[in-house]
Amino acid sequence: MSQILEIKALSRSFGGLKAVSGCDFSVREGSITGLVGPNGAGKSTLFNLVSGFVKADSGQVVFRGDRIESLAGHDVARLGLRRTFQIPRELKNMTVIENLLLVPAGQTGDRLVSVIFPGWKVKAEERKLVETAREVLATVGLSEKAGHLAVRLSGGQKKLLELARCLMAKPKMLLLDEPTAGVNPTLIRHLMSVLRKVHESGVTLLIIEHNMTVIMELCERVIVMDRGRVIAAGTPSEIQSNEEVLDAYLGGISA
Amino acid sequence: MIEYIIAISIFAGIYGFVALGLNIQWGLTGLINLGQVAFFAVGAYAFALAAKAGVPFILALAISACVSGLFGAAVAMFTPRLREDYLAIVTLGFSEFVRLILLNEKWLAGGPDGVAGIPRPNLPIGLPSELAFLTITAFALAIAFALTRRIEKLPFGRTLRAIREDETVVTSVGKISLSYKAQAFMLGAALAGIGGAFFASYLSYISPDMFGPNVSIYVLAAVLIGTQGSSAATLISTALVAMLLEGTRLLKDYITFVDGVELAALRLVALGVALIAIVIVRYRPGRI
Repeated sequence: MSQILEIKALSRSFGGLKAVSGCDFSVREGSITGLVGPNGAGKSTLFNLVSGFVKADSGQVVFRGDRIESLAGHDVARLGLRRTFQIPRELKNMTVIENLLLVPAGQTGDRLVSVIFPGWKVKAEERKLVETAREVLATVGLSEKAGHLAVRLSGGQKKLLELARCLMAKPKMLLLDEPTAGVNPTLIRHLMSVLRKVHESGVTLLIIEHNMTVIMELCERVIVMDRGRVIAAGTPSEIQSNEEVLDAYLGGISA
Repeated sequence: MIEYIIAISIFAGIYGFVALGLNIQWGLTGLINLGQVAFFAVGAYAFALAAKAGVPFILALAISACVSGLFGAAVAMFTPRLREDYLAIVTLGFSEFVRLILLNEKWLAGGPDGVAGIPRPNLPIGLPSELAFLTITAFALAIAFALTRRIEKLPFGRTLRAIREDETVVTSVGKISLSYKAQAFMLGAALAGIGGAFFASYLSYISPDMFGPNVSIYVLAAVLIGTQGSSAATLISTALVAMLLEGTRLLKDYITFVDGVELAALRLVALGVALIAIVIVRYRPGRI
């Protein structure tokens, strides 16, 4: 089984704080992997490093055999490695479907020069894109909201929109930052079934999550971070009985 | 009277270009620009120097658009990480920088003396000169309006709006936001440059003191009053601002209890009050 993503000795400090220090792990292609750890463990920073939004001080990120730690955010996205944000970043004053239509690369009408050419080609492309966007919206269950402004969505629906925006790009791997945080239990069930569908379509998922039920049910492997490095990795049940993990979460009260 | 109305209309048309440009930068892309007058000035001077050197009107117009556009792209390229208030300060500073260069570098374009004798276009149509100039301005503005409307509706305009909403998202979907921002700034500056060219051609004389920050503020007011991001509303509100600024001059025939100087100041007060009222009503918290 090949590794789609390998993190090697990755480090990043902010002033005196070592947010990520000497982090090592890898993610198997086609898996759903969980990334857990107490608040401040460095999980979101790790996502920012992998997705190119923050530059690493040292270490390597290898995606499908290529080193990507020095690439810019937009270049990482183009390789098929997409991310969502912990706090949804919906484009508020644009409709839900516009949020998706933004995504596809290489649109003819997305270049300034297209303003002086006749619009038939742009229109034909746009029709196709709308079709794709509607399919994606149907997958995540947001079809009825297509024409609504994104700002009108509920917190959970915004999470679905984040996911839909990633799916629109037909990614190879998704980094999901707390997809169920602040989402009501019914919608969490729905979200999990969507994630399974996405996984079955061949997308590798790496999920930061605090909801242990979600981790237990979805993930085949869990990586635990604390203070910027990996302290344990294994199947969900192995992790649950790991002393060091319990210690990290409970802050060493048991010691 | 009719001459005066034609003159106001020509000025409104000239400011229309500048406002359409600012609308692309600020209304559509969210890049605040308090120095739009800089590109207006660059366009005016580029046109003046080219036209005086014997370059035909259309070509001189194209030159002024290109030169202003280049300046716009350069400003965007040097300020990639600036947003909101910081960009406002830089652009304001840039416009003063341009004005001071024009004022002090005598070899460039006459310094404080400005440039005189800028030709107007030769017209085959048999209209009186003022009306003919208005016709050309209106025609060119209509083309600019059609193009900016098209941009708003294209996927390109959608990406610009996405940058206004959240630039990080644009990066996360794999687009180079800096490139779009530079293009938006370039386009907005080029439009301001065309406005400057018409300005220079109409007045036939330009000098640095015509390009103070108040021009930027008038245009900003127009874009603010119009729905941010809509070319049509921008043009309508530009006409309103022009009327408010210029049309109120006519009031001196009817208002006798203040003298002319006081009335001149009151006109600016009126614009300020209108601006504050509109900001309070339209941009109050909680209204999207």
